[in-house]
Amino acid sequence: MAYTEEELKKELETKEYEYGFYTDIESDTFPVGLNEDIVRAISKRKGEPEWMTNWRLEAFAHWKLMTEPDWPNVHYEKPDFQAISYYSAPKKKDQYKSLDEVDPELLETFNKLGISLEEQKKLAGVAVDIVMDSVSVATTFRDTLAEKGIIFCSISEAIKEHPELVKKYIGSVIPPKDNFYAALNSAVFSDGSFCYIPKGVRCPMELSTYFRINQAGTGQFERTLVIADEGSYVSYLEGCTAPSRDENQLHAACVELIALDDAEIKYSTVQNWYPGDKQGKGGVYNFVTKRGICHTRAKISWTQVETGSAVTWKYPSCVLKGDHSIGEFYSIAVTNNHQQADTGTKMVHLGKNTRSTIISKGISAGTSQNSYRGLVQVHPRAQNARNFSQCDSLLMGNKCGAHTFPYIEARNNSAQIEHEATTSKIGEDQIFYCNQRGIDTEKAIALIVNGFSKEVLNKLPMEFAVEAQKLLEISLEGSVG
Amino acid sequence: MELKEKLLSSFLAMEQEIDLSAPVHAMRQENLKTFEEKGFPTKKLEAWKYTSLASILQPSYSIFPKQEASLELKEVKKYFLYEIDSYKVVFIDGVYSPFLSDTTHDGLDVCLMSAALTKPKYKALIDRYFNQIADTQDSLSALNTAFAREGAYIYVPPSVVAEKPIEIIHFSTGKQGDFMLQPRSLVVIDENAQVQIIERHQSLAEHSVFTNAVTEVFAEKNAQVDVYKIQNDRHDASLVDNTFIAQQRDSNARVHTFSFGGKMTRNNLNFYHQGEHIQSTMKGITIIGNTQHVDHYTLVHHAQPNCESHQDYKGIYADRAVGVFNGKIMVDKIAQKTNAFQQNNNVLLDDKATINTKPQLEIFADDVKCSHGCTIGQLDEDALFYLRTRGIPKKEAKGLLTYAFANNVLESVAIPALKTRVNKLIAEKLGVNLTHDL
Repeated sequence: MAYTEEELKKELETKEYEYGFYTDIESDTFPVGLNEDIVRAISKRKGEPEWMTNWRLEAFAHWKLMTEPDWPNVHYEKPDFQAISYYSAPKKKDQYKSLDEVDPELLETFNKLGISLEEQKKLAGVAVDIVMDSVSVATTFRDTLAEKGIIFCSISEAIKEHPELVKKYIGSVIPPKDNFYAALNSAVFSDGSFCYIPKGVRCPMELSTYFRINQAGTGQFERTLVIADEGSYVSYLEGCTAPSRDENQLHAACVELIALDDAEIKYSTVQNWYPGDKQGKGGVYNFVTKRGICHTRAKISWTQVETGSAVTWKYPSCVLKGDHSIGEFYSIAVTNNHQQADTGTKMVHLGKNTRSTIISKGISAGTSQNSYRGLVQVHPRAQNARNFSQCDSLLMGNKCGAHTFPYIEARNNSAQIEHEATTSKIGEDQIFYCNQRGIDTEKAIALIVNGFSKEVLNKLPMEFAVEAQKLLEISLEGSVG
Repeated sequence: MELKEKLLSSFLAMEQEIDLSAPVHAMRQENLKTFEEKGFPTKKLEAWKYTSLASILQPSYSIFPKQEASLELKEVKKYFLYEIDSYKVVFIDGVYSPFLSDTTHDGLDVCLMSAALTKPKYKALIDRYFNQIADTQDSLSALNTAFAREGAYIYVPPSVVAEKPIEIIHFSTGKQGDFMLQPRSLVVIDENAQVQIIERHQSLAEHSVFTNAVTEVFAEKNAQVDVYKIQNDRHDASLVDNTFIAQQRDSNARVHTFSFGGKMTRNNLNFYHQGEHIQSTMKGITIIGNTQHVDHYTLVHHAQPNCESHQDYKGIYADRAVGVFNGKIMVDKIAQKTNAFQQNNNVLLDDKATINTKPQLEIFADDVKCSHGCTIGQLDEDALFYLRTRGIPKKEAKGLLTYAFANNVLESVAIPALKTRVNKLIAEKLGVNLTHDL
């Protein structure tokens, strides 16, 4: 029997968030609220040196003066920053030497997520630095990386062990006063990842972290710092899933990338946080600041697959400071039910002969709103800057919306900028063609959506591409007629 | 005194002269309040992000003419489309000039806003249309409404085809010193009627002029309207041109904007669809240099199914000129089968020129075809080389290529004499000698 539209819809509606479970691990959690003492306490708990404490306090002092931005095309209940607990860490704080020492319940969580550590360790060759509620609890492949001189650890470790690197680079791309959420993050970040690739080293494996928000009512404030020294290369993966939760959870992360001369950083994200139920209740607020700086001949490539979160507000950016540097942005953003996404990129061309490419695919279904917001800026000194942007939107059903807000500012006459955007639905003729060849409607849609996103999916590392493709199908199942 | 305060006190002065019992006056007061609350737009507003009025608001403008000014036809003949016959509504320093005008009440009404607002025979139409689509929340449009007294009033009755174009020209003589003009026009094209309108603002002597114009156009069922805006003003004249067009089913409205001059020009062009099978076209050519600033801000609100809109703006910027394009297409949930197309191509000729562009799509319906394209680039080196190998000097070759770049916008101009005229203006602007006509 043919799969009808009604059935599809029903199936989608009843589809619960697959990864919606809650791990019961004892956490030690700070009292709710935010003030200078809390900031000091976080810093103290992490055993940070004084300069770091002061850096946090300065950010906090500035944050108090700032107001929450309201320009994104999203509507949500503003989080109450005094009702959030700013620190939560799994109780057992000993460093694990092997996986056996890790809390079995925690391991079970990862198994449910489909990331068996052992398997990944052996088969995929991925070093996973798992961040479970803010403190990194397991790090693998440390030794292999250490041999090459690569530092891959949690940021709190880095603050203690490599203060000179952290001091030099933290806040250099995203200053603590950059924006409301960056300031908040700078003040209260609990943990995150740190990565340093020495000169001329090509990182032999894909580095990867998994973020999870676990403890009810704790915001996740991650801070990631990736430094690729001259001539080095690194590919970094970040994947996220979070358990179902009724109240909205806030996630305000900062990711800073520094690509020194001739270095290349590839940063890929699969984001599948809890998007709220089909009434739009619950779900994660994802307000992220991601920015990278490219020195001479350096290259930064952002790839993201955004399928989760109730509200997404995220603009991975490239500052093309050095001559001949390259910035890339590939994105798929899928919104369903009541999800809202305002995402895009900024390409700031400062150096000569800089190039940037933006490919953004937005797919909206249900009653969701999906916006692309991008900025391409060519400064007067940036001779021969080149940009190509393409933003395509696919609408499924007549209750959703797709929006495009591209800002293009050219102040150099040698700049060559192209921007194109289209909005369409899946053509009846396309589906008819597939049906005619014996492909049922649902498969046909999956096929077309996959084709629509292919350009971006291709940019993902192998390990992620499969997961991402699966995610796309899950997020859109039955949303089309 | 700041311009805002001056305007507020001038309003009180104006109230001494006009009929305060007219319903229009309540509208004026209300809109003045909006302006008083909001003031002039600043760069903090998203809609004015790239355009600053600060320097425009500096001079001490007179709000009302101090003395009567007159003009000889031969002084200003070149600003008219004299090759062909046309209706003319001419204003000198905001005051109607019967001598230069050629109005009519025969078959259609081409006359004055001041008459329409005060005479009882126009009351029904004024009640129905006046200030119905102008944005009452926009401070500049509200300001214009508050001071709405004079402008062109055009009414084309059902099934009437205006046999000649209508020219609306606003001259500013400089005899009033620095001067602020606020013309207000209303154009109603009834069912199955057709009309062509040419609009021009022209400053004639050294003095600062700030024009804040509002034009409302209503295209009823199956009506056809062409509006041509020629903006080739002096370097000390600034213009904020607010145009609001409401279209009923099967109507077709086309607006061409030719921006070649002025200190600062801001075009707010808004289309509202109120029926099905509507066609809207907006096209523009911008060629500016020095420190000129041209800002196109367009909105097409697709609120009904099966409509089409088409936008094509070309910009050529030299010296330190700044160009802005902000095109917004909104498609409502019910506006299925919408076909919206938007294109914005720009060429920067000098390294100090700037272009800021923001083509925006906001779409809530799924069965639509919407696209926008935007490019910023230079002239093709190969094409330039080709022309030079054929013995065409670099300057002419560049001129020819830029001319070709802008030219396809002209194809849809329906008045041949106007097409030739604009063609000449473009050639002049680009410093090309064209021996052929199109």
